Amino acid sequence: MTDNDVAVVRAKRRSPGPPPEPAPPAPAQRPDPAPRKGRGTIKSRERWAALSFMSPWIIGLLAITIGPMVASFYLSFTDYSLGYGEWVGGENYARMLDDPRLANAVKVTAVYTFVSVPLQLAAALLLAIVLDRGLRGMAFYRSVFYLPSLLGGSVAIAIMWRQIFGTEGLVNQLLALLGIEGVGWVSHPDYALGTLIILHVWTFGSPMIIFLAGLRQIPTMYYEAAKVDGAGPMRRFWSVTIPLLTPIIFFNLVLQIINSFQSFTQAFIISSGQGGPADSTMFLTLYLYDQGFTQFDMGYASAIAWLLLAIIAIFTALNFLMSKFWVFYGDND
Amino acid sequence: MATTTETIPAPAPTRRRAERGAATGLRRFVFHLLLTIAAMIMIYPLLWMLSASFKPIDEIFADPGLLPNTWEWSNYAEGWNALPHPFEKYIWNSMVIVAGSIVGNLVSCSMAAYAFARLRFPMRGMLFAVMLGTIMLPIHVVIIPQYILFNNLGWVDTFWPLIVPKLLATDAFFVFLMVQFIRGLPRELDEAASIDGCGYWGTYLRIIMPLCMPALATTAIFTFIWTWNDFYSQLIYLRDVDLQTVPLALRLFMDSTGTTNWGALFAMSIVALGPIFGFFLAGQRYLVRGIATTGIK
Repeated sequence: MTDNDVAVVRAKRRSPGPPPEPAPPAPAQRPDPAPRKGRGTIKSRERWAALSFMSPWIIGLLAITIGPMVASFYLSFTDYSLGYGEWVGGENYARMLDDPRLANAVKVTAVYTFVSVPLQLAAALLLAIVLDRGLRGMAFYRSVFYLPSLLGGSVAIAIMWRQIFGTEGLVNQLLALLGIEGVGWVSHPDYALGTLIILHVWTFGSPMIIFLAGLRQIPTMYYEAAKVDGAGPMRRFWSVTIPLLTPIIFFNLVLQIINSFQSFTQAFIISSGQGGPADSTMFLTLYLYDQGFTQFDMGYASAIAWLLLAIIAIFTALNFLMSKFWVFYGDND
Repeated sequence: MATTTETIPAPAPTRRRAERGAATGLRRFVFHLLLTIAAMIMIYPLLWMLSASFKPIDEIFADPGLLPNTWEWSNYAEGWNALPHPFEKYIWNSMVIVAGSIVGNLVSCSMAAYAFARLRFPMRGMLFAVMLGTIMLPIHVVIIPQYILFNNLGWVDTFWPLIVPKLLATDAFFVFLMVQFIRGLPRELDEAASIDGCGYWGTYLRIIMPLCMPALATTAIFTFIWTWNDFYSQLIYLRDVDLQTVPLALRLFMDSTGTTNWGALFAMSIVALGPIFGFFLAGQRYLVRGIATTGIK
């Protein structure tokens, strides 16, 4: 094996450009009586080994990620549909400007994200702080709060949600006990998105676990110092816990915003794939699926994909820009 | 002297401790009460669905309680056979995809991670940054060309589009997870192995992989849960009724007869959630570690 490696590396060494392209894996047998001793052999051997370890990832990166990304950008300037398409320039992007359904989809996605993410993170932070007090049974509570976020993305849970918030669902049965008559939350254009927001908030467990890990990282000496200086519990919370936790809050915020812009399954299941009622749960991702895989208007769908990517990139960048004003990084490290 | 130092400070602390004891006792009780209420609200829908899967249809719509008045065991048998295939067919299909994905992720991601964490090669930093970037890349941006690619290969309506990307380490999240883990292993082990005549592959197979078991377990469990739950790519690539997976079967069930037969639909939903719940119970340690160290659900 090593002889082989050396031989191949020797053959390749003079090729320009440091990272050799993902060539097919080393031929099994290549008898080559090249002398083994020479300058840079160990280094080249390491490079060759790195290439062979990396080759699945590199092929995947080129064929499954970057290639399709470039293709998607190209397709967004065509009217490609099932094997046939022509260059149409910026027509798809012009079409977006007066597509009321698209504008609605952007609005629905934005409302969903900017309502559900803050609520979800607030719940996660609150519970993390409560659980961090080291109460007995904390592991049990942590598990119970975490479980929904493992299950939340599944079709089964979306089905459950659809029934719970249905006209004769669990929520309305409970409301009836209080003498309140509910509506069909899932089938009402004013409330359907709300049920999806509640579902998202329900899955606060995973940011909660991250907050818990962050809280553990805060050195107790800060609290002791604050106590010596006479700070009460509230003061310690606002002046020690929160500032030292801001990097974690920021991290969760970035992550959850990116994730929630891409939500698909729950809205798809709850609206039977229609984004209804009255397009009130038509996320950008659902609209993309509808255009690309139902209407097979893949050119336009690609343009929508790039709009989605641009929106996510802009909000992530904004997040990073604004983080300068509120995220506190300790000056050590 | 001794008596004064003993007697003077003594009463104050005891009294204070007693007061504080009472206060924290009450406070602890209130905390537990609030936490229990919150936990009940969180978990109630799940428990209710479990109980509803044993209820006759009229009771599902009338009784928000957790204990069925009449136990309708037939919901499960009915749901199991409600679709063109018996439900085990869909479970099998899901399992095949899950197994392929787990093997793919374990092998390909650990290989790339070993190279990133231990080997020196040109542009390593840049490639690492690219790898991190792909974690955040929405699948929606690449799904259409991927579909066209797999369609041209004749792979639509096969399991390959769902498994091959895993063999190519496209779940970069796990590469990152394992890089972080391998970086924490002492380098002296590699050096000792190298002195003993281990090559890079030998080091990877005999030193790094055995020590990586916790990271590999985390990867396997997350891959299981994500693939088992995955709906989007299965929806796109699997249209053939023989290839439907558990999530697709549930969706089919709901859209065809489900809204008239909630009991059976819930029964199959419970069946679908069962394995995740099992992994949750068995592998919680690894799940929590995976989230806490890398921050993705």
